[in-house]
Amino acid sequence: MDYGNVQVSESVNQAFMNSIFAYPNGSRMRTCIQCGTCAGVCPYGPWMEFTPRKIIHALRMNEFEEVLKSESVWMCISCFACANACPQEIPLTDVLMARLKEEMLLAGNIPQELQDALENTQRYGNPMGESPRKRGEWIKALSPAVPLLGRDHQSVDVLWYVGDYASYHPAAILATIAFAKILRVLGVDFGILGSLENSDGDSQRLAGEKGLFEMLADKNAQIFSKFQFNEIVTTDPHAFNAFKNEYPKLGINFPVRHYTQFLADHLAEITLMLKKEIDAAVAFHDPCYLGRVNQIYEPPRQLLRAIPGVELVEMSHNRSNSLCCGGGGGGMWLDGYTWEIAETRSSEWRIQEVVPAKPIEDILTVLSPTRKVSKKNGNGKTANIPSRRILAVACPYEKPRFEDAKKVVPGAGNLEVMDIAELLADSMGL
Amino acid sequence: MPSGIYVLIEHQQGAVEDISYVMLAAGNMLAKQTGEEIIALLLGNKIKEMAGDLKADQVIYFDHPDLEDFSPDAYLEVLAPYIEAHPPKAFIGGHTSVGMDIVCGLASRFGFPIISQCQKFKTEGETIQFVSQICGGKIIVEGLLPEPSVMISLVPGSYKVEQGKGDVSPDIETVEVAEILNNRMKLIEYVELDAGDVDISKEEVLVAVGRGLQNPNDLELAQELAGALGGSVCGSRPVIDQGWLPASRLVGKSGKSVSPKVYLAFGISGAPEHTQAITESDIIIAINTDPNAPIFEFAKYGVEEDAVDVMTALNDHIMQN
Amino acid sequence: MKIVVPVKLIPDLVEELSIDPSGTALDMTWMRLVINELDHHAIEQAILLKEKFGAEVIVMAPDLEGADDVLFTAAAAGADRLIRIIGLGESFNNHTLAAVCQPIMVDINPDMILTGVQATDDLDGQLGPILAERLKMHYIGYIAGMSLENDSLILNKEFPGGLVAKMKVELPAVVGIQAAESPPRYIAYSRVRQARNSAEIEDIQTTVVDTNLSPAITRMFQPEAEERAQILSGSLDEISDQMIKILKEAGVV
Repeated sequence: MDYGNVQVSESVNQAFMNSIFAYPNGSRMRTCIQCGTCAGVCPYGPWMEFTPRKIIHALRMNEFEEVLKSESVWMCISCFACANACPQEIPLTDVLMARLKEEMLLAGNIPQELQDALENTQRYGNPMGESPRKRGEWIKALSPAVPLLGRDHQSVDVLWYVGDYASYHPAAILATIAFAKILRVLGVDFGILGSLENSDGDSQRLAGEKGLFEMLADKNAQIFSKFQFNEIVTTDPHAFNAFKNEYPKLGINFPVRHYTQFLADHLAEITLMLKKEIDAAVAFHDPCYLGRVNQIYEPPRQLLRAIPGVELVEMSHNRSNSLCCGGGGGGMWLDGYTWEIAETRSSEWRIQEVVPAKPIEDILTVLSPTRKVSKKNGNGKTANIPSRRILAVACPYEKPRFEDAKKVVPGAGNLEVMDIAELLADSMGL
Repeated sequence: MPSGIYVLIEHQQGAVEDISYVMLAAGNMLAKQTGEEIIALLLGNKIKEMAGDLKADQVIYFDHPDLEDFSPDAYLEVLAPYIEAHPPKAFIGGHTSVGMDIVCGLASRFGFPIISQCQKFKTEGETIQFVSQICGGKIIVEGLLPEPSVMISLVPGSYKVEQGKGDVSPDIETVEVAEILNNRMKLIEYVELDAGDVDISKEEVLVAVGRGLQNPNDLELAQELAGALGGSVCGSRPVIDQGWLPASRLVGKSGKSVSPKVYLAFGISGAPEHTQAITESDIIIAINTDPNAPIFEFAKYGVEEDAVDVMTALNDHIMQN
Repeated sequence: MKIVVPVKLIPDLVEELSIDPSGTALDMTWMRLVINELDHHAIEQAILLKEKFGAEVIVMAPDLEGADDVLFTAAAAGADRLIRIIGLGESFNNHTLAAVCQPIMVDINPDMILTGVQATDDLDGQLGPILAERLKMHYIGYIAGMSLENDSLILNKEFPGGLVAKMKVELPAVVGIQAAESPPRYIAYSRVRQARNSAEIEDIQTTVVDTNLSPAITRMFQPEAEERAQILSGSLDEISDQMIKILKEAGVV
């Protein structure tokens, strides 16, 4: 900056602001009206010393250095609740918070859990630190084998990008196997990358590691371009978000759909195969990166409604207001940190919401007052109360997180957590 | 002609360390196979009585005030001329903070080969072989014990402490060390452990947690379990490094060796640095989702489930009964 | 003040190890090599000393796959000079490594050499003390935390049983690191990328002389589950049942 004869070097405050303005919508930060909706809707807002609003305020007051001294940005799990609610449409989550995290990270000021996840991603291509050679091990549970691109095929119709947790985590693998069976029975020409697959990097990007994300995007692009396929289908909403919205910014373009969109396209075919009744009240948890971030709400519901016996119930925090499971974008790796400070988890709030305060018959009557009496009960008096209560999920982060939360929420004992793919496969008798 | 099986005795705060007896047990076995004498090397200041229960043919005791506390410089300065004058067939040091400071230095000075991470010796016909464990316990190496001289650093696990204790007091030869000229390493002070904290080496039940524990708050489950069983929580190195447990709770090479009736190892892989400190446990139950974790070779019982799941189930079970 | 950190690249235990056809060595084909974790701590400790007291930090690594990554990451952390040792081949022991490091060290003439107190693949001793002896330098190991006071080091030596001795060691010295004062810092990927573009690696050619100090290995193998643990199975409820029974029998419950 030049003030006549006085040279003023760029302060840390100004440099950070400029870095925000460098983003396409970054200048919207100038229009912040300090309403505080971001802080109000944030799951961990009460424990954040510097909420998004306060960060912007600090920047305006030239006090950004105070923000850098605070560690409160690590309470942010990048769930997009704030960005979604902001009346000025400021890109709070993936520009403001992510950039602030990047500053902290560049200074080496980062919780150990997150450090481990990022270092593992750099070294092994997955945040868990598992051997890349074992990424395709889950296919051994299936016969005939799942087609592997590279080994078996060079060209397929659908490249199924599986993702980190869906490949390695025992709870998430169940959904992966279910989806593989569904694809096979639909006769889809698909293949997976197996050990050639690397993390999509989206959560790492949101946790501040832009450089790592770019490296992974580059790597993935190179590997994808070795094969021919018409589209990518993924069971991971984070990967979906990366391929759909972020990779094109780096010049990497591949058509991509989330698996619920893909299956919804085959709804007629699938409905014919849904033979077994699943007698359950099912609440669908909208994943942050499928719902709120990418506005995909209907396909998962279409699939669930098609299952015979399923009574689809809406939770009060649904669709764009869904409560993050806590995995967010990098939240998985801040779990210990946020728990130490808040002593609670957003996944627990979600479970609390699902476990009804009233008996289920009351809830169902309130939600669908015109419900007919079921033919099953011969006496014609009582409504059919589903025997099971299921929280349906569609993101690999969710099952492990909700299973854990179930253990600490009273009354959650008989609540089941299942991926839509598992429910479909079950009803299809696979 | 090099002769004798030498064992470097380690002692702290007025007592002989367990590893010394383990080395003597190993050394005695080697001595029997080779027909050599077993000689214990003890360095210190006015601690001759410590030699009383060492199972050795002879004890060479080096006495000097500067040997009061361990200093690699002082030990090397005293031992080197002795080794030069009496080269050993085998010199056994502990794979510890004491032994490792000495073994390699002496070996390099005299051009002796070194065998590290040695667990035990075995005979194959006429030859004697060493057995070492490397790569976190995942690989076992067997080889011929080098001749004519070899330096060995021994890890505990294959020989019991009792096997190194003698019924008869050995013959003690005292070497009055004239002066130690080149000791550039001096003790300032010992840093004591937190007073009032549990001494896990005396506990009968230990709930041990390892890297398999993802979250510091899972520690509460462990503490609940330990409390219910009348024991204490301890951990392997990664847990202490993360600050989840204080250093006094470290079980392992740099921490404490324990000898509980029951050792419950939750999410611990079983690397040698850890398992060597639990060999005196009566029963080890290992809980780990990795069926190939080395801990399952040490444990009497194993559970291939998630640590947190099992701790929760146990706590629930105990609460109900 | 000059601090040199020689590092080792060792088999990554995350990957499955296998034995080569000869039955006496590790199969290098699928092996991933990573920096010895304790050497990583040594680099961190050197950087911490540099930050507090000022020093030139020189990091040395043998020319193996992954050495670049290690050296550039060290540069991104703050190392001043990067040396890659050429000509060692793929498999060499600590005696050989110490022998080739020796002339390089003599050339540099460091005040301090920091290196991990051990590595998991050490079969024939540890690099630190062997190197110290060759250089006629004093060696002390198992150090967790150190600082400078004039021409001496004040360091914490860890003993078994949780005992720690605070000691004063005169420079020059070789120190075997067990843990840095604080865990190795995170290096953002963009910084490593930056280092790749800006930092230089000096290649130093070396001739290997067999020291003849390797033990003759007759067999290398992965342990069979000989006396493997008896696996308790069933539901979590059933397993806890069985465990409580065992605890009762042991006289503990």
